[in-house]
Amino acid sequence: MRAKALTLRPGAWLVWALVAFFMVNVLGVIGAVVLDSFGTTWFRGWTPSGYTGSNYSAAWNEFDLGQVMTVTFEITFLVVGLSLLVGVPAAYALARRDFPGKRAVMLLFVLPILVPPIAYGIPLATVLYKFHMAGSLTGVVLANLVPSVPFVVYTMTPFIEQIDPRLEQAARMCGAPTRSVLGRIIAPLLLPGMLAAGILVLVRTFGMFELTFLTSGPTSQTLVVSLFSAVFSAGIRSAQSIDAMAVIYTGSMLVLLLVALRFVNPTQLVARSRD
Amino acid sequence: MTSLTAAAPRPALRHRLAERGIDRTLLLMLPGIVAIAALFCYPFVYGLGLSFQPAKGGVLGAYRAFFSDSFSAGTIGTTFGLAIPSSLINVGLSVPISYRMRGDFRGKRLLLALLVVPITLGTVLTAEGILEFFGPVGWFNLTLQKLGLVGAGHPLKLINDYWGVLFSLIISGFPFAFLLTHSYLSGIHPALEKAAATLGAGWWQRFRFITFPLLLPGLLTTFCLTFVLSFSVFPSAMMVGDPDGKTHVISIEAYEQALQNFDYPQGCADAMVMTGLMLAVIGLAMGVRALFYTGSTGGKG
Repeated sequence: MRAKALTLRPGAWLVWALVAFFMVNVLGVIGAVVLDSFGTTWFRGWTPSGYTGSNYSAAWNEFDLGQVMTVTFEITFLVVGLSLLVGVPAAYALARRDFPGKRAVMLLFVLPILVPPIAYGIPLATVLYKFHMAGSLTGVVLANLVPSVPFVVYTMTPFIEQIDPRLEQAARMCGAPTRSVLGRIIAPLLLPGMLAAGILVLVRTFGMFELTFLTSGPTSQTLVVSLFSAVFSAGIRSAQSIDAMAVIYTGSMLVLLLVALRFVNPTQLVARSRD
Repeated sequence: MTSLTAAAPRPALRHRLAERGIDRTLLLMLPGIVAIAALFCYPFVYGLGLSFQPAKGGVLGAYRAFFSDSFSAGTIGTTFGLAIPSSLINVGLSVPISYRMRGDFRGKRLLLALLVVPITLGTVLTAEGILEFFGPVGWFNLTLQKLGLVGAGHPLKLINDYWGVLFSLIISGFPFAFLLTHSYLSGIHPALEKAAATLGAGWWQRFRFITFPLLLPGLLTTFCLTFVLSFSVFPSAMMVGDPDGKTHVISIEAYEQALQNFDYPQGCADAMVMTGLMLAVIGLAMGVRALFYTGSTGGKG
């Protein structure tokens, strides 16, 4: 085995060199930002001229991150809750029934995933402005539901198909009314899938830039959007505090993703939805 | 059940519908359908209608304005010029890398995790990082100077340019493409390749005639999804690109028309052009996909 590893073919060397080159550049991109967020000034050369932690407190105060974080989590949890509430029943019906027009319904749910957010976000923002809902928390939550509901439907349908329908039939045979079939048979079995779909929606909404950007106002910005606005009003902000904020964002995202990976295996998700 | 109802003269409507799969369970889809109809279909139709009512130029005025102005019509070429190379690179690189990573080896989980980490970076950190790392005084140019590949006073111009945006599309798109390709590839049962090997096929023949054809439908799906991501590039084209010039992509044009000039009909028309192009590319890829075998790959589980 070891001898084989030492005599890799040139093709293998090339592939590993590509991987290494990609990694080095990604690490460089991350490293530059992290180092700069702790630096005092860094105009040229390999490292900043000195180190400080004050960029983080500056970023927290300048950008009012306490308020931004509260808004971000409000929006994210509302979107997760609502999309599960709306998406799971639809997924259940799609998994259990074969009816005329099923393909049309499937198409309806796949379109918001295929059309780029900017392309439907602009008409959506126009409509929300018309109804005076743009700029508010409601508008942002509604806009974020558009990709989230289909996402929940498409993750949950194969999950529900795996649950044996005979379990429900058996419960009905024993005289259980619909309410208890749903509450005591289906719900507990669906919980892991709902957790997985919910966490993935959470990560996506937390990082969703375009829709929130198009529909949010000053008091309904999420962390990504206020980070983007900070870059474009960079004249009065120091690059270091923007970098500090970017590190805070990426840190939160990393934590969310690690939590998500504890519950869902991304490869399984893709492989499962194929059959 | 059927023999009993067949004997009855005319079963109740509810039963006849239930036989075709229509019953009260379908009501569960109602909230979802209403939500998508109200938040996706209605705005889309409204936007389509609005795009035919520009302030001047008649019914097709907004579309004529878009296609006759070389600056806005040029965004189509710019967008394809970024989206096609980046999605080809992302899908093209994921194939050999995931092919190498099929087997089990020490540190595989770690390598997988490292390859997936860039998903968490977010556009702003990636953009800031690219500006600092590939900038004229960044580590990349410093290294090239140390190696003597570029002269001391002439750093490569990689940011606020086409290249910066392409890099950011690769950094954010590759992990996603890799993840999909890796799972499609691990769904192909190794026994198929082993069977070919017993018949004397070399690794290239096995790849060319067994693995690649089975992988192709998955690759086309992956291509579509990465293409959607690259095609709608917006924040990074603004931050690391040259939004008024070489990276003036169609989403920037649509955004500027709708929310900076408040010309909603024009913005909606641009969004419709964008959707049309996107669906045409996906339709083409799916048409190609239908030409290939899409049956069982003997998946491992």
